[in-house]
Amino acid sequence: MSADALTLTGRSIRLSRRNIDALITAIALPVILLLVFVYFFGGAINTGTEYVTYVVPGVLLLCAGFGSANTAMAVTEDLKGGIIDRFRSMDIGGTAILTGHVLASTARNLAATSLVFALAFAIGFRPGASAAGWFAALGILIAYILAISWLAAAVGLIAKSPEAAGGFSFFVSFLPYPSPAFVPTDTMPSWLQGFAEHQPVAPVITSLRGLLLGESIGHTAWVALAWCAGIATVSILIAAALFSRRTD
Amino acid sequence: MPEQPAIAATGLRKTYGSGARAVEVLRGVDLTVPPGTVHALLGPNGAGKTTAVRILATLTTADAGTAQVAGHDVRTERTAVRRAISLTGQFAAVDERQTGAENLRMMARLARHSRASARDRAHHLLERFELSHAADRLVATYSGGMRRRLDLAASLVGDPDVIFLDEPTTGLDPRSRRELWSVVRELAVQGTTVFLTTQYLEEADRLADRIGVLHTGRLVAEGTAQSLKSTVADHRLDLVLHDRADYLRLTPHAVHHAPDTLTLGIPTDGTARHVRALLDELDPDGTAVERFSLHTATLDDVFLALTGTPTPRPEPKEAAAHVR
Ligand SMILES: Nc1ncnc2c1ncn2[C@@H]1O[C@H](COP(=O)(O)OP(=O)(O)OP(=O)(O)O)[C@@H](O)[C@H]1O
Ligand SMILES: [Mg+2]
Repeated sequence: MSADALTLTGRSIRLSRRNIDALITAIALPVILLLVFVYFFGGAINTGTEYVTYVVPGVLLLCAGFGSANTAMAVTEDLKGGIIDRFRSMDIGGTAILTGHVLASTARNLAATSLVFALAFAIGFRPGASAAGWFAALGILIAYILAISWLAAAVGLIAKSPEAAGGFSFFVSFLPYPSPAFVPTDTMPSWLQGFAEHQPVAPVITSLRGLLLGESIGHTAWVALAWCAGIATVSILIAAALFSRRTD
Repeated sequence: MPEQPAIAATGLRKTYGSGARAVEVLRGVDLTVPPGTVHALLGPNGAGKTTAVRILATLTTADAGTAQVAGHDVRTERTAVRRAISLTGQFAAVDERQTGAENLRMMARLARHSRASARDRAHHLLERFELSHAADRLVATYSGGMRRRLDLAASLVGDPDVIFLDEPTTGLDPRSRRELWSVVRELAVQGTTVFLTTQYLEEADRLADRIGVLHTGRLVAEGTAQSLKSTVADHRLDLVLHDRADYLRLTPHAVHHAPDTLTLGIPTDGTARHVRALLDELDPDGTAVERFSLHTATLDDVFLALTGTPTPRPEPKEAAAHVR
C-alpha cells in the first residue's frame, strides 16, 4: 500500500474521531444494539442456545452496516468540498483517497467489534472457539467489513449529497434482519426463507456463529468469503470508474 | 534562446453539456506567462476563469487547443505537470475537522516530505502566514481570512514552480487582502510563477506583471496594466452636475456613471485644450457643471471600453462548494 494511502488513512481516522455521528456509531450504537437484542428481544426468542451467544455475529454485522453510512457520507463530503481537487493537483489518485476512507472505516468497525465482544463476555457470551476458529472468524469479519466499506465508498461517489449517501446506507444496515442473524430462519414465512438463507449476509452470519461456537461449518466460510470478495471487487471497480467521472 | 515560458497555451476551447444545453465556456484562449512573473486573469462571474485554471492545472481537459505548464503538456504529461504546480481553488480546500497544523503536515506528507521535515514545513508556514497562535485549533473555528491563508499555505508545502490561485482574495477584508498580496509578490521575487484570477481590477493592477481580460470565454485584451489603460483614452474628466436633468442629458457621452452624486466621467486625452473644448461643448451656458476633476483612466474604464459592460462589482460570494 502506498504512503499516500497511509497518510490519508490517518486523516480519515482523525476526521472520524471528531465527527460525533461517527463516534456514536462506532461506540454507543454497538453497546445499545447488543443490550437491546439480548435483554429486550432475547427472552422471547428461542434459538436453542444462550441468546447472547447466538446474536453476537448479527450485532457485529449490524454495526458494520451502520458504520458504512459514515463512510459513504465522508466520501460525499470530500467530493463536495474543494479538497479532492487539491489532492488531484498533487497527483494523488482516487485509489489512495478511497483506500484512506475504507481503512479508517475498518478501524472504526474493529473498535465497535472489540466493544461488542467485551460487553458480550461480560453478560454471558461463552464461545467455544479454538484459536484457529477465532482467527478464521476475525478474518471473515474483516473481509465483510472491507466489502461493505468499499460498497459504501462507491455509494458515497454516486450520492450527490451526504444525506442521500446516508439514506442509501440504510439499505445495507437493514440487510442482516432478513437472515439468520437474529432469529432462526425457519420461524420466517416460507416466501422469505429462501432469501433469508441465501442472501450475502447469511453465509457470513452462519460461518461466524459456527466458528465462534467451535462447530463444523463445512464450506460456508468459503461461500461467505466469495460473497465478500465479489462485493468488494465490484464496488472497487465501480468506485474507480465513478471517481474519474465525478472528478473531471 | 529565449527562456521557456512557465505557461503556454494556444487555442483552448471548452464546452460543457451538449446539444441545445451546450455552454461554450472557453472559445480559443491563448496565454504566455514567462517564469517568475505574476499573471492575472481578470473577468466577471461566469467568464471562464475557473475553467481555464482547471485546464492548466490538469483537473479537466480542454476540448481543443494545447497547453504546456512548466515545460510539460497538460494532457500527455499530467504527472510531470502536477509535480511542478500547486492549486488553490476558488473554494477553501482544507479539512474543517483537522487543526491548521494537522492540515499542513498532511499536505507536506502528501508532497513527499519525511515526517520530520513535514513537521518543520508546517511550523514555518504557520509562522509565515501568522497562524502560529491557531496552529492547534480546528479549522472549523477559523475566520474566513485565516482559512484562506491556511489554504494558500497548504499550496506552498511542495515548493511549486507554478502556482495557481483562483480568486484568492474573494471574501477577504482589506487588510487580509493586502497581506495576501505581499505574499504573492514575495513568491514572484523568489522566482515562482503565479497565475491568479480575480474580479478585482485593483488587484490585477497592483499585483500582476501582465493582465488578460477574459470576457465570455475570449481574451478581449492582454498586456500590462499600463498598456491596457492606454488602449482607451488616457484620462477621464469627472463632472459633478447641477441637477438630474443635466445628468440625464449628458449621460450618453459618459463612460463612467455615478447617479447618486450626479457625476459623469467623460474620456479625454487630458490636455488643457481638449478639456476646455469638452466643457464648452457639453455645457455651453456654463450652468450644468458644478465641479470637475481629472483622473488617469482606471482598469474600470478599460473594462467598460473593452467589453461594453460595466465593471463587475465583486459580490460577497458564499464559500459554498462547487458540486460537480
Ligand atoms: N462542470 C460544469 N458543467 C457545466 N457547466 C459548467 C461547469 N463548470 C462551469 N460551467 C459553466 O461555465 C461557465 C464559466 O464557469 P467558470 O467557473 O469557469 O467561470 P468563472 O469565471 O470562474 O466565474 P466565477 O467568477 O463565478 O468563479 C459558467 O456559465 C458555468 O455555469
Ligand atoms: Mg471561478
